[in-house]
Amino acid sequence: MSEYSQEPISGTTGDVTTKDGVKSWFYSDVVKDHFFHPRNFMEDALEADAAHYNAIGKVGSPACGDELRVWLHVDPATERIAEFRWKTFGCGSAIASSSMASVIVTENGGMTLEDARKLKPQDIMARLGGLPARKFHCSVLCDKALRDAINDYYRRASKFDKIIVEASRIIDPVSKVTDHDIEEAVLDGAQTLEAVQQKTKVGIGNPGVLPAVEELVRFYKEKYFG
Amino acid sequence: MRSVYLDHAATTPLDPRVLEVMLPYLKEAYGNPSSFHSMGKEAKLLFTSGGTESDNLAVLGFARANADKGRHLITSALEHHAVLEAMMHLEKKEGFRVTYLKPDSTGRITADQVREALQPDTILVSIMYANNEVGTIEPVAEIGNVIQKIRQEKKQAWPVFHTDACQATGFLEMDIEKLHVDLLTFNGSKMYGPKGVGALYLKRGIKLQALLYGGPQEKGWRPGTENVAGIIGLSKALELAQANCARESARLIPLRDKLIHGILTRIPKTRLNGHPTERLPNNVNISFMDIEGEALLLYLDAAGVYASTGSACTSLSLEPSHVIFALGYPYEVAHGSLRFTLGHATTDSDIDYVLKVLPPLVEKLRAISPVRVDEKYYV
Repeated sequence: MSEYSQEPISGTTGDVTTKDGVKSWFYSDVVKDHFFHPRNFMEDALEADAAHYNAIGKVGSPACGDELRVWLHVDPATERIAEFRWKTFGCGSAIASSSMASVIVTENGGMTLEDARKLKPQDIMARLGGLPARKFHCSVLCDKALRDAINDYYRRASKFDKIIVEASRIIDPVSKVTDHDIEEAVLDGAQTLEAVQQKTKVGIGNPGVLPAVEELVRFYKEKYFG
Repeated sequence: MRSVYLDHAATTPLDPRVLEVMLPYLKEAYGNPSSFHSMGKEAKLLFTSGGTESDNLAVLGFARANADKGRHLITSALEHHAVLEAMMHLEKKEGFRVTYLKPDSTGRITADQVREALQPDTILVSIMYANNEVGTIEPVAEIGNVIQKIRQEKKQAWPVFHTDACQATGFLEMDIEKLHVDLLTFNGSKMYGPKGVGALYLKRGIKLQALLYGGPQEKGWRPGTENVAGIIGLSKALELAQANCARESARLIPLRDKLIHGILTRIPKTRLNGHPTERLPNNVNISFMDIEGEALLLYLDAAGVYASTGSACTSLSLEPSHVIFALGYPYEVAHGSLRFTLGHATTDSDIDYVLKVLPPLVEKLRAISPVRVDEKYYV
């Protein structure tokens, strides 16, 4: 039965097509490189040496489609990040973002914790050469997990005054999406619950919070767009 | 690099024999398409733009035209979105009540479930012939039989029975009498026919309300100039599919089972989704625990293997497959599901190749995953 072409349907090679075959998007070469050759992930042999890592952070859950864990080795003398190890359950964008975040915070002698706290998803995206719009939420998780780990470091070092709990209110404890994240999403053009979910993953796998999210979307829409 | 296309349930390449019969209709002008396809009238077929439109026309068209007889509808939780969303629309916006039957963990709906769900004002039951994601074949003939008996007992023309047969056409028996169906959807793009054309079989005497307005074509039930070349191609594809059905099924079933058995034995923490035997000859759907489907899909893609996933990451909604959910499995199992669908071009050595490249890719992704799915979902 060889009369049919074995050529793949266009749009699948190297990238992804949606189930209905309609939408496709394309990853940058940098994203592909980090996805196929992830840097600095936590290997089992390293994980055994738990004492070496003096800060741990976590965000997400498999239910919402992404889970990210971060292990840091912070030099106590300089408070620079000497090592950033990660494990990610997620799609290509989530894995590439985790890998790129690990490079950004450890290059040039390592970021200080204060600088690392300011890392934004946009910084990771820029270094990746961009992500498809609907994959934006995948890079959002990395900086959240990093800040979670930074707080953990200060907690273990008994520097409680340095711990910064996100000023905004957490709306979805699973995805750790805050009211501020929803405000940003609305300002960024998301007009509906679905559009906000696209940007933030709020309530994916945790639908109990959706009524509160809908209310906030309506509130910010009226606040900014009347 | 070797290229193995295993996404035939999404779309199939056009059979050259189908193209050949279509070409004259694409090249030359034909005067009056409506007077031409007498075949359509004899076979009681309405031609549409594809499976989605046929499903919509069956569900919306029948419910709206027969709302005076009753306002209750029955379907299943694992239908294609073309049926499911049409049902939800009728429920939310047009005052109908809908019962969504839950399948067992293999995806089967039983005739007894349908019988128990029937209400005095049930006018339509829509259960798919075979599921597009997990490949489970539904007992359509038994369900049809139950519905027919109810009609005879009550001496009335409803409820009627619709089935979406888009995935089944190339593999299963399509005898309308034996299946006891009143409405049946099929299309060309899953059986080596042209895309953008489908049909709705309609038993004589059934009334539908048109979805479109503005022309007398198809007796006004589906106005708009017919896609003549597409209809010719669809007919040819159906003819070829039915002629090859038994032989192709006999060829694919051993390949399917080799792939299923090969994955389940070589890769730990995997489970087969769908029914072990009552499944389409070309469908393999496996959940790989602890990893996310899109990542595995991309790794396979780089190795030249083209499959699809029920993962949220390839859907617009970010919600994973409603079908895997309907089987009673949680998000993490749905996120890690991969579908391989075999076709005419698939060979035994293709299966060997997949079984060779797949295990190390799964291992690589598991090494960077923090998730450990509870063993109750795969043991």
